[in-house]
Amino acid sequence: MSSRILTDGNGAASLGLKLARIRVVSAYPITPQSPISEKLADYVVDGTLDAKYIRVESEHSAMSCAIGAQLTGVRAGTATSSVGLALMHEVLGVAAGCRIPIVMPVVNRSLVSPWSLWCDHQDSMAERDGGWMQLYAESAQEVLDLILIAYRTSEDARIQLPTMVCLDGFFLSHMSDAIFLPDQDTVDSFLPPYVSHNFHLDPDDPMFINDLTPTSEFTEMRYQQAVAFDKAPEVLAEVMADFQKTFGREYSLTEAYRCDDAEAVIVTLGSMSGTGKYTVDLLREQGKRVGILKITSFRPFPAEQIKSALANVGTVGVIDRSAGFGAQVGPVATEVRATLRGKPVQGFIAGLAGRDISPAVFKKAFTRLLDNETTEHVEWLDLKEDALTLREVRS
Amino acid sequence: MQLQHKEPATDCKNTKRYYVGPVATEFVATKTGIWRTERPDVAIENCSFCGTCRKHCPTDVIIVEKDGDNRGVHFDWDYCKGCGICANVCPKKCIAMIPEAGACDL
Repeated sequence: MSSRILTDGNGAASLGLKLARIRVVSAYPITPQSPISEKLADYVVDGTLDAKYIRVESEHSAMSCAIGAQLTGVRAGTATSSVGLALMHEVLGVAAGCRIPIVMPVVNRSLVSPWSLWCDHQDSMAERDGGWMQLYAESAQEVLDLILIAYRTSEDARIQLPTMVCLDGFFLSHMSDAIFLPDQDTVDSFLPPYVSHNFHLDPDDPMFINDLTPTSEFTEMRYQQAVAFDKAPEVLAEVMADFQKTFGREYSLTEAYRCDDAEAVIVTLGSMSGTGKYTVDLLREQGKRVGILKITSFRPFPAEQIKSALANVGTVGVIDRSAGFGAQVGPVATEVRATLRGKPVQGFIAGLAGRDISPAVFKKAFTRLLDNETTEHVEWLDLKEDALTLREVRS
Repeated sequence: MQLQHKEPATDCKNTKRYYVGPVATEFVATKTGIWRTERPDVAIENCSFCGTCRKHCPTDVIIVEKDGDNRGVHFDWDYCKGCGICANVCPKKCIAMIPEAGACDL
């Protein structure tokens, strides 16, 4: 049984961690993640969450505490955003390398500088090769569901990798949305109590964790992580199928929307996907054959799914919500290009620091693709004309 | 004393369960011999058993046996890093530094 409730992305994330029965919370508040820290504190105080709340002094400590707690054999919860995620960077590598299957909501916000509180993907993109899986949610419902899916996948003995569940700051984190909230018993049947398959902290069985590893073994340990990532698409798909059986909602590593007969498809990530689908419907009414391919799992990168979904599509575009400085195109476009070897893939950048990616922006991108005006270089879709003359000063 | 390493220094092959990632379940010194890319090779017919190499070895891994069944110059390959000081100081110039197996096989 599930109930229908009104909440937002942060509410859904907090409920997801609560339903997963985390036993330790070590979170440091940062906009736009703060409501997650606050909600979890509320649950601990009102007794609905049986967890110890550690008031840490930084995100570096938040992740360190989560790692230590989880090594004792319980699920540990934390969440962050932007520069908080950047401050965690060192310790994120510890969780990944020690194969501690922490699941962490990341509320996407741009990185400095310029300072901004608002959404883009540069914070999580900066962590994309660090050994964490990354799932991107389109709605509050997906935030909750992907958290449960992430726990099952992360903790699978074949995987043992931590996961970030990424939700767009404000667009998802603060937007009210009606979601189906599953009951605790059903979640318990889908997600049994945590069992560690790897090393652990136990005074009766001492071991030296995260010790200096010689050159002769480092490559092999990195390879162990790569093997887990190779298996991850299959395990994720398995877990998603079981999720559908249990909760009735369908998920996949990618979601193709009206791609079958499409001449032009735009690849998206996160909350922009909803606007993209809406624009596709409007343009289809005008006779334009367009579609959206949403990437839910960016790590592992769903190369096979992307290849088959776009096999018969003429022109492909990718909207990156972060600038990939020094590269030809943004990070998502770079990988889609590599996957589709030879097919023209236009890289777009849009929606930085909370700038809305409107249907008009999507239409501009689709028009360019339908006119076959693709180039090797990135197009800044929503750039204002006065970009280089923003601040006038006395000479 | 043992022969040149051909396998990585690990005992995982003899256990049935494996952990992944960095963990030590036994507390032993790191075998620095795995750093070696070259190793000393003694032309024993030219050696005078003077012991200069043993005295200069920074990791004290050389044993020089002048007589008996073990007559020879022996290296502890677990800890010899292949620094080459023994070859440099040898008054008879009878120690050559030769590449470890595999490093330069083309």
